[in-house]
Amino acid sequence: MYAQMVTSEATQDDPEKLAVFQARIDAGEKVEPKEWMPEGYRKTLIRQIGQHAHSEIVGQLPEGNWITRAPTLERKTILLAKVQDEAGHGLYLYCAAETLGVSRDELTEMLLDGRMKYSSIFNYPTLTWADMGAVGWLVDGAAIMNQVPLQRTSYGPYSRAMIRICKEESFHQRQGYHIMMKMAQGTPAQKKMAQDALNRFWYPSLMMFGPSDKDSVHSAQSMKWKIKMNTNDELRQKFVDQTVPQAEFLGLTVPDETLHWNDEKGGYDFAEPDWSEFFDVIKGNGPCNTERLAARNKAWDDGAWVREGLMAHAEKKRTAKLAAE
Amino acid sequence: MKHEWPLWEVFIRGQHGLNHRHVGSLHAPDAEMALKIARDVYTRRNEGVSIWVVEAAHITASSPSGKGPLYEPSESKVYRHPTFFDIPDEAGHM
Ligand SMILES: [Fe+2]
Ligand SMILES: [Fe+2]
Repeated sequence: MYAQMVTSEATQDDPEKLAVFQARIDAGEKVEPKEWMPEGYRKTLIRQIGQHAHSEIVGQLPEGNWITRAPTLERKTILLAKVQDEAGHGLYLYCAAETLGVSRDELTEMLLDGRMKYSSIFNYPTLTWADMGAVGWLVDGAAIMNQVPLQRTSYGPYSRAMIRICKEESFHQRQGYHIMMKMAQGTPAQKKMAQDALNRFWYPSLMMFGPSDKDSVHSAQSMKWKIKMNTNDELRQKFVDQTVPQAEFLGLTVPDETLHWNDEKGGYDFAEPDWSEFFDVIKGNGPCNTERLAARNKAWDDGAWVREGLMAHAEKKRTAKLAAE
Repeated sequence: MKHEWPLWEVFIRGQHGLNHRHVGSLHAPDAEMALKIARDVYTRRNEGVSIWVVEAAHITASSPSGKGPLYEPSESKVYRHPTFFDIPDEAGHM
């Protein structure tokens, strides 16, 4: 997902305190910032929320790539609003992570020097305008699958950030699907572009949910703590079941010859993505990893004088005001 | 120079007549910028008619471990609730 393969941190806390904490979670209570929590819970959350925040921020790059080249002024303003929302999502999530005792700058630095990850999906390039359709439809669609249940997560600030984000996410997916509709119903060349975008984004979108449950050793503790609400395979299945009819409506073909409806389980059977590709992208070897991190580092470095200048200005004003009093 | 922008808490009045409500936080060098950023981050869809920002360092919060001593005394004062008093229906609407 936006947070993939987040390892649950081990916890060495007083078993009695742990039991009381678990009982609160089981009772559906929310945990708030200054309350006692296991060290593992706190650390796992920092990693997960941080990774989610980084994904929102880095996720602006593949779409930002098309803002200046949108086909109409209306599409440009829509895409601009969508990308601006993603910046907002990043900020809501950084705020939530900060309540756990890590600073915004620390989180940013951990992204920039590679200590923290962001979702594998944003390491794929956006080659044509149809990719703006595919990203909104599939990538935001997959994100919604994960974020809706996370509104019920046990950590109060994370849950509230998710509620805000979910309110804005539906616009993202619908504008993407709308682009796909236009392209799929357009000229043969446009329809071909739409099909090509689906072909390239299908498997990377399935990878967003993380490795298969049988290889996902980190889930149990996080699910017990209600940091993770569903298993990777559950969410992936839900996503496929929802998306296949949408592709059919567009008259496009999901690039999976094995795909078929399974009456018995009431869902589609589908091919797993190439997991070796996934692990390779996570390791830093995807098509755009270097470019993405370079862009974030450049923005951070180029912005340093602005951050410092505004701070110096604010301090000067404060001193002048004090002197006048 | 290494000097992180301070943290601000943001409160928004959603509609006329309602209280301001805490919506989240942000980083800004000063109050003026905090208001501008709050506008962009928290009211992109007409979520508010008024914004307050306050530097997080200026907020004094009750401590979570003090929950008991702080709130328990009110638990025993059930007579503070109207339902404590049985008034016969014959007395009419009250
Ligand atoms: Fe988002
Ligand atoms: Fe989105």
